[in-house]
Amino acid sequence: MDASANPATEPHAKSMTGADIVVACLNEEKVKFVFGYPGGAVLHIYDALYKQNGFKHILVRHEQAAVHAADAYSRATGDVGVALVTSGPGATNAVTGIATAYMDSIPMVVISGQVPVPAIGMDAFQEVDMVGVTRPCVKHNFLVKHVKDIAPTIKKAFFIAKTGRPGPVVVDIPKDITAHVADFIYPKTVEMRSYNPILKGHSGQIKKAVKLLLGAKRPMIYTGGGLVLGNGAAELVKLAKALNFPVTNTLMGLGGYPATDKQFVGMLGMHGTYEANMAMQQCDVLLAVGARFDDRVIGNPKHFAGHKRTIIHVDVDPSSISKRVKVDVPIVGDVQSVLSDMLEILAQEENQNTDVADWWSQINEWRGIQSLDYTYSDSVIKPQYVVQKLWEVTKGEAYVTSDVGQHQMWAAQYYKFDKPRRWINSGGLGTMGVGLPYAMGCQFADKNAQVACVTGEGSIQMNIQELSTCAQYGLPIKVILLNNRYLGMVRQWQEFFYENRYSESYMDSLPDFVKLAESYGHVGMRITNPADVEGALKEAFDRKDKFVFMDFLTDQTENVFPMVENGKGLSEMVLSPLSTSRMKGEA
Amino acid sequence: MRHIISLLMENEAGALSRVAGLFSARGYNIESLTVAVTEDPTLSRMTIVTTGSDDVIEQIIKQLNKLIDVVKVLDLNDGKHIERELMLVKVKATGVFKDEMKRMCDIFRGRIIDVADNSYTIELTGSCSKLDAFIEALDRSAILETVRTGASGIGRGDRILKV
Repeated sequence: MDASANPATEPHAKSMTGADIVVACLNEEKVKFVFGYPGGAVLHIYDALYKQNGFKHILVRHEQAAVHAADAYSRATGDVGVALVTSGPGATNAVTGIATAYMDSIPMVVISGQVPVPAIGMDAFQEVDMVGVTRPCVKHNFLVKHVKDIAPTIKKAFFIAKTGRPGPVVVDIPKDITAHVADFIYPKTVEMRSYNPILKGHSGQIKKAVKLLLGAKRPMIYTGGGLVLGNGAAELVKLAKALNFPVTNTLMGLGGYPATDKQFVGMLGMHGTYEANMAMQQCDVLLAVGARFDDRVIGNPKHFAGHKRTIIHVDVDPSSISKRVKVDVPIVGDVQSVLSDMLEILAQEENQNTDVADWWSQINEWRGIQSLDYTYSDSVIKPQYVVQKLWEVTKGEAYVTSDVGQHQMWAAQYYKFDKPRRWINSGGLGTMGVGLPYAMGCQFADKNAQVACVTGEGSIQMNIQELSTCAQYGLPIKVILLNNRYLGMVRQWQEFFYENRYSESYMDSLPDFVKLAESYGHVGMRITNPADVEGALKEAFDRKDKFVFMDFLTDQTENVFPMVENGKGLSEMVLSPLSTSRMKGEA
Repeated sequence: MRHIISLLMENEAGALSRVAGLFSARGYNIESLTVAVTEDPTLSRMTIVTTGSDDVIEQIIKQLNKLIDVVKVLDLNDGKHIERELMLVKVKATGVFKDEMKRMCDIFRGRIIDVADNSYTIELTGSCSKLDAFIEALDRSAILETVRTGASGIGRGDRILKV
C-alpha cells in the first residue's frame, strides 16, 4: 500500500469526515457486526454509524463483553471480529478482552476513541495511552494522527489481524481526527516490507516429515488452536485417516479432529485423557500441528524431553517452534497449505502403509483405564453428567462456550466436538467471564444455531450484566450453570495442595438465578435432581426463541480427573478413584 | 553468551518502545541498546547487546522478527563483525592526575576534548571491552563522570544489513 498516495488525484475520491471514513472502511471490509459501547471520544463515529446500514452495531453493557463477543464471532466464523469503544475507561475495559484474544491468536480489530490530538499527554478527561497500555497484548497497534491516515491504517489493521499468526490489532483514533475531512479511498491491497508471513512450507522439510511419519512405529498427531484457526481440519482428517494414526487435540484444538472418531484419543494435557497423555509421552514420532507445547499441555518440559521422540512441528509462527521443546523437523507455514502438501507427497509414495497395529493395541490398553469415567449418583447431580446429556440433547451440534474453571474442563472432556469452531473458550489467558459474551458472539454468527454457555456461578457473575444485551437482541442462548457454590478449580487445588484449607473459594450470597433471569424477561430453571437433567435440557432447547438460564445444583466436591499436577510430567497423572482401582485390577 | 543484534525497523513513533517492551516482557537481558535513523529516513537502525544461551538468542531473534515494525534482524555474532562504542569520561586534572590522565588517554588513543581548570573530558571509542579496560586502568578517585553510548555494530566486508 502506498500510504503517501495523494487521494485528491484519484478520480472517484469522495470527501468525507474521519468518522464517515471509519464507517466506510468497516463496510469495505464487509464487516457484519460491530460490538461496542459509545462515549465522548467516539461520538462522531457513532453518529456516522447511525446513518448507515451496512453493518449492525451491537450495544453491550460493558466494553469487556464487546471485545469478547467480537472475539467469539471471529472464532465461530473465521472472520475478523470488530469492537468499538471510547477512550479512557472504555479502552481499559477492553484490555482484558484484547489480551484474551491475543493469547488465543484471534483476528480482531478494536477501534478505540482517543482524546483530541492537541489534548494527548495533557491528562485530559478520559485519556489513557491506549497504544502503550495494549502494546504487550496486541499483534500490533496504531495511533492515527491524521484524517488521511485512517483508511490506510484500518486496511493495514485488518490485513495484519487475519494474516500469518492472527491476532488482535488496536486502532486508536483521536476525536478531532474523526471530525476532520479528507478524500476517501480504500486501498485495494497492502504491501508492507516489514511484514510478510511465510505461508508455503519448505518442500524438503515436508518430504522429510512424510518419510518419518511412514516409518513411525508409535506415531502421534497432536493439534492445537492453530489447526482450527488455519482451517486445516479437513486436511488433517485425511492425513490421519490415510496413515491410521492416533490424534489428540489441545483444549484450543478441540473439534480439529472429530471427537467421535475411533482414532481420536481425547484431549491431552493437565486434564487430558490417560491414553492421550501416555501416547504423547511414549510416541516415537510426533506430528504437532498449530500447537505450541505450552505448560498446560506437556507438563514439565524436562520430563517431556526425557523420553526420546522425533518431533515434526508445523506452525505459521516461527517463534512458536523450539520455544519450549526442541524440534527435529520444523516446518513454518500455513497449516492448511502444509498439510495439503503432505497429502500430495504421501500420495506419490509407493508404500503408504504404516505399521501401527502394536501401537494401537497399546493405546487401547490405556483406553481400558477409562480415565473419564465417574461415579453417577441418583441423589446429586454430577456436573459431568450434565455435559454428557447436553451433548446428547444438542446432538453434538451446538456451539458450546465456557468460562474458566472446572466446568470448562468438564465441557471440554465430555462434549464431543466433531467440527472445528464449535468449542469457544479462553484457553491461553483463562479469562473468567467470557462465557456469556462468547455465547452472544456465536449466536450473532449463526442466528439459528443452538448455543450453550457452560459456566460456573463464579464466572457467570463476571459478565452477568450481558443478560440485558441478550434480552435486547432476543438471543436464544442456553446458559448451563454448573452451580457447586464453590470456585471449583480453586477449591480442587486447595483440596490437593493446601490440605483442604478452602481460602475464599466458597461462594455465598448467590442471587436467585431463576428470578434474576426472569427479571430480564428470560426463562429461568432450577434443576436439583439428576433424574430431571435430561428432560430439563430438552425443554430448554425446545424453546428455540427463548434465552433459558438453567441453574443446575451440582455435587459440591466433584474433582476434575485425570490431573497432571503443576511441575509434574505428562505421564504422572492423578486418576479418578474409579480409574485408579481399575488400573490396579480391582474393578 | 554475549551477542550483538542489529536490526532495521520502520522509523515510526513507538517502534523503540515495542523492542524495549519485548525485552522486558519476556525477561531478556539488554546490556545496551542504541538507535538512530539511517541514510534512508524511513528506517532506523538499532544495535542491541544482549546475553543468553543459544536457545534464548534464537527466541530473541524470532520474537524481534515478529514485531510488525521490524524489517530485518541480524545476529552479528553469526559472522565477522566490528563493534564500536563511544565514551566520554570527565576526570580530575589536578596534581598528579594532570599528567597521569593525559598519559592514559594517549595510551588508549583517546582525545581530550575539553579542558577546564580542574578537569579533562576524554573521548574514547572502541569495543566495549576496551572502554571497560580504560575505566579499569584509571585511578577510581580520578573519575568524576562517565557516559557511554552503548555499542554499534556492523558486519565485516560483504556482510551488509540493508533492505
